[in-house]
Amino acid sequence: MERLQSPDVRGIAPNPPVLAKGYTYDAITEKISDLSLNPKLTRGWLGGFSIAITLAGCMVVAIIHLLFTGVGIWGNNQPVGWAFDIINFVWWIGIGHAGTLISAILLLLKQNWRTSINRFAEAMTIFAVACAGLYPLLHTGRPWLDYWLFPFPNSMGVQQQFRSPLLWDVFAISTYASVSALYWFVGLIPDLAVLRDRAVKPVARKIYAILALGWRGSAQHWRRYRIAYLVLAGLSTPLVLSVHTIVSFDFAESLIPGWHTTIFPPYFVAGAIYSGFAMVLSLCIPLRKAYGLEGFITARHLNNMAKVMLAMGLVVGYGYAMEAFMAWYSGSPHEMGMFINRTTGPMAWSYWALIACNIVIPQTLWLRRARRSTLWLFIISIVVNVGMWLERFVIIVTSLYRDFIPSSWHTYVPTIWDFAMFFGTIGFFLTLFFLFIRYVPVISIAEMRELSHEVEHGHH
Amino acid sequence: MAQLFHRSSNTLSKVSIFAVLFLIAGALAFLYAYHNSDYMTYVDVPREQPVQFTHEHHVAGLGIDCRYCHTSVEKSSFAGIPPTETCMSCHSQVWTNAAILAPIRESFRTGIPVKWTRVHDLPDYVFFNHSIHVAKGIGCESCHGRVDKMPLMWKANTLYMQWCLSCHRDPAKNIRPRDQIVTMGYKPAEDQAVLGPKLVNEYHVNVKQLTNCSICHR
Repeated sequence: MERLQSPDVRGIAPNPPVLAKGYTYDAITEKISDLSLNPKLTRGWLGGFSIAITLAGCMVVAIIHLLFTGVGIWGNNQPVGWAFDIINFVWWIGIGHAGTLISAILLLLKQNWRTSINRFAEAMTIFAVACAGLYPLLHTGRPWLDYWLFPFPNSMGVQQQFRSPLLWDVFAISTYASVSALYWFVGLIPDLAVLRDRAVKPVARKIYAILALGWRGSAQHWRRYRIAYLVLAGLSTPLVLSVHTIVSFDFAESLIPGWHTTIFPPYFVAGAIYSGFAMVLSLCIPLRKAYGLEGFITARHLNNMAKVMLAMGLVVGYGYAMEAFMAWYSGSPHEMGMFINRTTGPMAWSYWALIACNIVIPQTLWLRRARRSTLWLFIISIVVNVGMWLERFVIIVTSLYRDFIPSSWHTYVPTIWDFAMFFGTIGFFLTLFFLFIRYVPVISIAEMRELSHEVEHGHH
Repeated sequence: MAQLFHRSSNTLSKVSIFAVLFLIAGALAFLYAYHNSDYMTYVDVPREQPVQFTHEHHVAGLGIDCRYCHTSVEKSSFAGIPPTETCMSCHSQVWTNAAILAPIRESFRTGIPVKWTRVHDLPDYVFFNHSIHVAKGIGCESCHGRVDKMPLMWKANTLYMQWCLSCHRDPAKNIRPRDQIVTMGYKPAEDQAVLGPKLVNEYHVNVKQLTNCSICHR
């Protein structure tokens, strides 16, 4: 049983391995599948789950109140017509992007350090998209008519406005959600078969068996699986860029100073990946600690993710600099006025907090010591998540609250229902994540076995 | 280890993939057909009324002008449901004892209006206006059908938005001279393809603005 114990990872090598020494096929299988099949109901899981589901309950209450009363319960009103609902939508959608990047692009680039983090990063993507999707659906004000967003044969004699990026959004998000879910599920099939074979309880065995779709692990199965997985990875890859590009068009195609900017697509995509990696770190640092997964998610992974975050943070910083530059260079008094108001006006605190969170504090990641400190990484990841939320707040609110006509200027104050909805979706997200940890292998068993083979014997 | 499922589940799982597709497609097709069915739209469905009033007899048989009863059609958004007094303007003289008219006499005596069943009812978010349609040369018949052939009233058209738009996008095919508004069975004196655009011009119908949302929804 000696080999089942997690190998020692405290001594950090100059370049830590992607998989700690001593993990055989059996050890990998047992370690990961036990988390789903023989879970110890720890106080941490129960406590975390209770908090999460309570917050999710707040969300349900907020939605019911919204359905009966209307969007007037939110703080957004003219001229700030978009506020928490769209801020949170963009924030959640952005978070999802790291999952897709890790699972698809890093797969195609043959980065073997993706293997131990792709499963839960993909789960994070799906849950984040689920949270994101709620906002525009409720933002319409009449969610029961949301099927009108899709073209369908109707008796109204009208169709969607295909020139509007808001409609492109519908397709971008729904494609993203379905491809991500499919990709995640296809990747899960061999692992679900492992759980089926190892489960003792008959109900669990049946459920895993149905989900495993009759997987027997034959060479033919593996061949088809590989093809399907690669095709889906190929489909997901453009989504990393396209989804947030289209989200940025929602702003960039309008004529609002502060929104009408060509830098938006790349800057939004970088921001999405930035916040996504921050969220992956926020989730995986406690996860590996709680379940003793340090042998799978090693210092190498954290280091690599920190580097990606640093790079993306710099791209985002370039975006901020360009916004400032273009405000001056355009010579447009509206553009310049908006920028001066954003940086020195009554809501300047949000802009400078954003600069601190997204640009200043993450520069510590240049230091190897910072990248090797899990605590510091965790703090930075939370700071970046806050910063990226502030970024969307700054873009949306500070561009809108001072309209072209000073008489219609009006500040924005969120209501308690805005917060109930926001923290509620965080609860909903965490609820799904806790259930995921409990019932699904958090790390791909099949791919980890393959990785251990590669580590021991070199590449095929 | 024993098999978890019976071998028939192989077939079942394959069939279920197609079954789900057909079920979804079938459900959508059903909804579409239901939405357009007479059951839903009441098109061609004669509606029971508290008094079996026949437009056929009054319009075709007696030749009474639509505007004798629907007095406000040229001036107001609402064409007007005639008050009992309008009925009594004739029926105090003719058919004074007819059993079928008992509710009318009752209403006249008590002053409580007859509760007619509404046949053409638009949603409240549609601001339909009769007077503008009449003023711009859209005949009664174009929307209400051959009322002179309806013993009991029924809807000739769905009143769905696509039906409204089919004319708002191209009114030339339905427009007629103003003096022909109430004519039933109207035949254009010259080719409608020529007359239509001519009248659209003459009556200053701004076709472009007819499909603005705010023309009907405010």
